[in-house]
Amino acid sequence: MIFIIARKEFRSLFAVPSTWLILGALQFIFAWFFLARLDAFLQVQAQLAQIENAPGATLAVATPLFGTLALIFMMLIPVFTMRLIAEERRNQTLTLLMTAPVTEMHIVLGKFFGLLLVLLLLVASSTLMVLSLAAGTHLDIGLLLSNALGLLLLAASYAAVGLYISSLTAQPVVAAISSLAVLFGFWLLEISSADSEIALSKFSPTTHFQNFNIGLLNSADAAYFALFIAGFLLMTIRRLHNNRVYG
Amino acid sequence: MSAAAPPTLSARNLCRRSGRNEIVRDISFELRQGEVLGLLGQNGAGKSTTLQMLAGALLPQSGQIEICGFDMVRQPVQAKARIGFLPENPPLYREMRVDDFLLFAAKLHRVPRAQIEHNLDETKRRCGLQNDGNKIIGKLSKGYQQRVGIAQAIIHQPEVIILDEPTVGLDPAQIRDIRALIRDLGDAHSVILSTHLLGEVASLCDRVEIIHQGRLIYGDSSAQMQQYGHQPGFIVTLLAPPALGELQAIAGVCQVEQISATQFRILCVPEANTGATVLALAAQNGWQAEQLVPLQSQLEEVFMQITQSGEKIP
Repeated sequence: MIFIIARKEFRSLFAVPSTWLILGALQFIFAWFFLARLDAFLQVQAQLAQIENAPGATLAVATPLFGTLALIFMMLIPVFTMRLIAEERRNQTLTLLMTAPVTEMHIVLGKFFGLLLVLLLLVASSTLMVLSLAAGTHLDIGLLLSNALGLLLLAASYAAVGLYISSLTAQPVVAAISSLAVLFGFWLLEISSADSEIALSKFSPTTHFQNFNIGLLNSADAAYFALFIAGFLLMTIRRLHNNRVYG
Repeated sequence: MSAAAPPTLSARNLCRRSGRNEIVRDISFELRQGEVLGLLGQNGAGKSTTLQMLAGALLPQSGQIEICGFDMVRQPVQAKARIGFLPENPPLYREMRVDDFLLFAAKLHRVPRAQIEHNLDETKRRCGLQNDGNKIIGKLSKGYQQRVGIAQAIIHQPEVIILDEPTVGLDPAQIRDIRALIRDLGDAHSVILSTHLLGEVASLCDRVEIIHQGRLIYGDSSAQMQQYGHQPGFIVTLLAPPALGELQAIAGVCQVEQISATQFRILCVPEANTGATVLALAAQNGWQAEQLVPLQSQLEEVFMQITQSGEKIP
């Protein structure tokens, strides 16, 4: 059941031209950053070669690149998530799902994984772009995979937030702006309290992404993402159930 | 239709409030296999809320719904698999193609893989959508969208079909088609439909429940409903009419009213064959009776009578 809903969601996302446009534009921006980073790396490569244990291409190109992508995702994912439930509510198609023999959990997980598949494509395509460097240099595959995994987890947690906010309203635009505000808030938590004593930044997904970004696989970070995603998905399920109770 | 058929849907004491406002109060009824039930009521009477509760989109605050023996609250998945629901606004993904959408609806309702193709063809044939499988739903006309809406409700061949105002906004030809389809569905499935069009009830439904301010105030077969509160009588055309007093004097006649030079509306006491008496007298006295039309009360009148009294009618 989850798979059926996820597949429908995936296909619906690709049925609207805006998705293609966003994906295309994103790929373009990403390629731009990639080439700029690569260019900068090539210019300093001669000096780097003289230092012992110099940073390789992966650290110099991939790490900042994925960091940038994390920021772009913050602004991009609300655009994808806004339609998931809010638009169904506005078009009154939610009734179809609510009266079908599926539980709220199927609906929420279906929609979540459908979107996650799109985000996986995005992460995979950017990883592939960096992998193209393997033709000319030695790549730190471990660091690259850690970045890709971190980015995917970050995207999944953003998607969970967006899905929950989408379930609160019947207006996709309101959902998009609210999700953006919340994600921006999380980001501010990280940058504003990074140096202070208070551990507020621990609550921000981006803080935990930093570790993945530098190639540090920490089970605490993974657990944080799992809890974060599960928490928001549970709240979404709860919200859909309340939909039945309060109309 | 027969009372022996097992009930496919039974609702007991359904209540739903929104704030202090009671939308639905203590509604109970049963639906049997092969029966078409019309839920009749004015705008805002609680029809849609009742149907949404039956379909599982809303939970009743108290009361029980059973679909083919499965409780809607405790076994929602089994219960919902046996329902097809068309809400007031058909739930259509406008960007999808008709075939893709119907296949999605079929899979969502757990139609076995081997049966899906067959159900799709059968449903499209029934709803007259054979040539529209590749069209985008958003580009179809309102009538065809409504057909897709009905198709999505019947593709998994549910025991109970719930239709909320299925013919609203359609042109007369489409209304005729959809009514024929509903009649057809009523043979094998149980159908419950809501409407505020009384003609629809007369032409479609075996049974009527009238809902008024959230309560069921009248329930009977639709033929019975037309007889409700109705005094028997007829309109007779006499080409050579006698004096009014002479008609008045006939046994069993309560009231005579002259409509035109040759037409009389005669109200009579029930259970006396006054019509035959009048015709016999007409033949005897050479009044030249031309035709005799029994009075049929208009459903509208009946409906107004019932809802205005607002009391529960036993």
